[in-house]
Amino acid sequence: MTRIYIPRDSSALSLGAEKVAKAIAEHAARHNVAVEIIRNGSRGMFWLEPLVEVETPAGRIAYGPVDVADVPSLFAADFVNGGAHALKLGATEELPWLKQQERLTFARVGITDPVSLTDYLAHDGYRGLQNALALQSAEIVQQVTDSGLRGRGGAAFPTGIKWKTVHDCKADQKYIVCNADEGDSGTYSDRMIMEGDPFVLIEGMTIAALAVGATQGYIYLRSEYPHALAVLNEAIQHAREKHYLGPNILGSGHAFELEVRRAAGAYVCGEETSLLESLEGKRGLVRFKPPLPAIEGLFGKPTVVNNVISFASVPIILDKGGAFYRDYGMGRSRGTLPIQLAGNIKHGGLVEKAFGVTLRQLLYDFGGGSATGRPIRAVQVGGPLGAYLPESQFDTPLDYEEFSKLWAVLGHGGIVAFDDTVDMAKMARYAFEFCAIESCGKCTPCRIGSTRGVEVMDKIMQGRDLAQNIALVRDLSDTMLNGSLCALGGMTPYPVLSAINHFPEDFGLNKKAQAA
Amino acid sequence: MLPEQAARIDAHITAHKALPGGLLPLLHAIQDDVGYVPEESYGSISKALNLSVAEIHGVVTFYHHFRTHPPGRHIIQICRAESCQSMGSTELEAHAKASLGIDYHQTTSDGSITLEPVYCLGNCACSPAITVDEEVYGRVSPKRLDAIIAEAKGVA
Repeated sequence: MTRIYIPRDSSALSLGAEKVAKAIAEHAARHNVAVEIIRNGSRGMFWLEPLVEVETPAGRIAYGPVDVADVPSLFAADFVNGGAHALKLGATEELPWLKQQERLTFARVGITDPVSLTDYLAHDGYRGLQNALALQSAEIVQQVTDSGLRGRGGAAFPTGIKWKTVHDCKADQKYIVCNADEGDSGTYSDRMIMEGDPFVLIEGMTIAALAVGATQGYIYLRSEYPHALAVLNEAIQHAREKHYLGPNILGSGHAFELEVRRAAGAYVCGEETSLLESLEGKRGLVRFKPPLPAIEGLFGKPTVVNNVISFASVPIILDKGGAFYRDYGMGRSRGTLPIQLAGNIKHGGLVEKAFGVTLRQLLYDFGGGSATGRPIRAVQVGGPLGAYLPESQFDTPLDYEEFSKLWAVLGHGGIVAFDDTVDMAKMARYAFEFCAIESCGKCTPCRIGSTRGVEVMDKIMQGRDLAQNIALVRDLSDTMLNGSLCALGGMTPYPVLSAINHFPEDFGLNKKAQAA
Repeated sequence: MLPEQAARIDAHITAHKALPGGLLPLLHAIQDDVGYVPEESYGSISKALNLSVAEIHGVVTFYHHFRTHPPGRHIIQICRAESCQSMGSTELEAHAKASLGIDYHQTTSDGSITLEPVYCLGNCACSPAITVDEEVYGRVSPKRLDAIIAEAKGVA
């Protein structure tokens, strides 16, 4: 019986993986070839999806991208035993794209059956939780603090400090909330974890619960991810059956219940206080801070709110120790970052690397340049609220502080490439338009400023009173930056001003005059 | 709202009324079942959850996902976010609107397709992306979109 791996990852499905899996199963049945098809997560090489792997004595052999029409010829080439074929890529582990990565958080994604607890345990799963159960809660928090892990959702706040705040609160009820409202364009690492290795998220949240004394957790999942919802619910069910969740975790006496809640398509609910309002069943209006959610969060109780990748990075920290994780990275950016290459890129996909890798390495060594073959003119890093960077900044290493120096953000690690056909004035206008559509409406700079921004951009794009209107956009941006309640209004000026500053010619401005 | 829909909605209300922060899960359950959240259901939701009708209306209209009118038999969402724009989604949007003869938030006259914008499907390495009902499609050219629409209409 040969094992064949065909991803159930949404992106693989979007390229026909379901039909390929069906065709392979039917062909095998018709010709009496004994195969077992495993629906794994994606290895993150999306230009090769649907990527089909077969297990051979020499390891897993990859074929891709496989179309339904290729299935008969694959069988004819005896791909089940690793036979030669035009689509054969060789041993998966030896592919340079994967070999040059440092996969800590994504260690199992694409390798295991996502919903098999047995598989998870066989690949070092739940070792972090076992260690955590032997520690005092404060010692767990200390391990996370020592690791240097910072919030991977984008704000980069030290996770250990957030946990300590919740740990130190006295309360009858505390909550663990996972922000899985991954709405930033160019990001999909949360989705890949949830679809490809859901147990690592469940384990991370369970460790957080032990660390701070919480008994109830929620995963706030965007409604655009139906496949992740199904995988998470199945994994939670299996974890509960084997007492990795429930009233008495592995006989320790600790209780932790976990429930997935679906979001409803509001980008602003990725902001933590808006998310909490939404979880409480209300409009997702941003709250004033203080109080911090760590002190008065969900239903007014102390709450840890972390991103999917933050939680998913915790099990390996508890397994191998804070120092192991801290030894990766540079400066104050410790550990690894799952980077997502997106947009106009030849080889789009998931690259987990220690901090310090440069944009240029990612765009060209991994990404292979643009998909269209034209020069990459700009990249937007960190989602729709992130700055646009020109080619002259491509040698910047991925590091929170290095990006801050450029007035840019790393955010959730999404990198969207644009070729030289992009009109940066249109992108600046879109940033305001997106803010206007998604604003929760609570604060004036965001609610009104975004709409005024679209209007002024329209005038600029028509070339009307250019100098005055550019001054007006800068002034408006200043108000939004300093007067908005949350990052939606407060960071919309990043894409707008970076576009004007780096690409003035697209706004009808003289490049030299603008630089001066 | 049909009487049998009202009965099903009442069952969802009963199942969700004790859930902490249960309004969103309830609205999802209703929309998953009957395709939209009928405004006529606000009264019974209001009584069961001890919320005002204004609060319920506020929540339903805050979130892009919820709709208060029945959609077409299939819902096509086109991603408008930056990654998809970098791969030609603006042209794809224009093509979809022209070939379906409708704008966003509208339904074709034969009731087969409702067109909606969406802001990121997490398929950004395979831009441009769309969904048909719950299925995601990547690297969608105008030509592929036509084929997908034809298939959806055929299935309908």
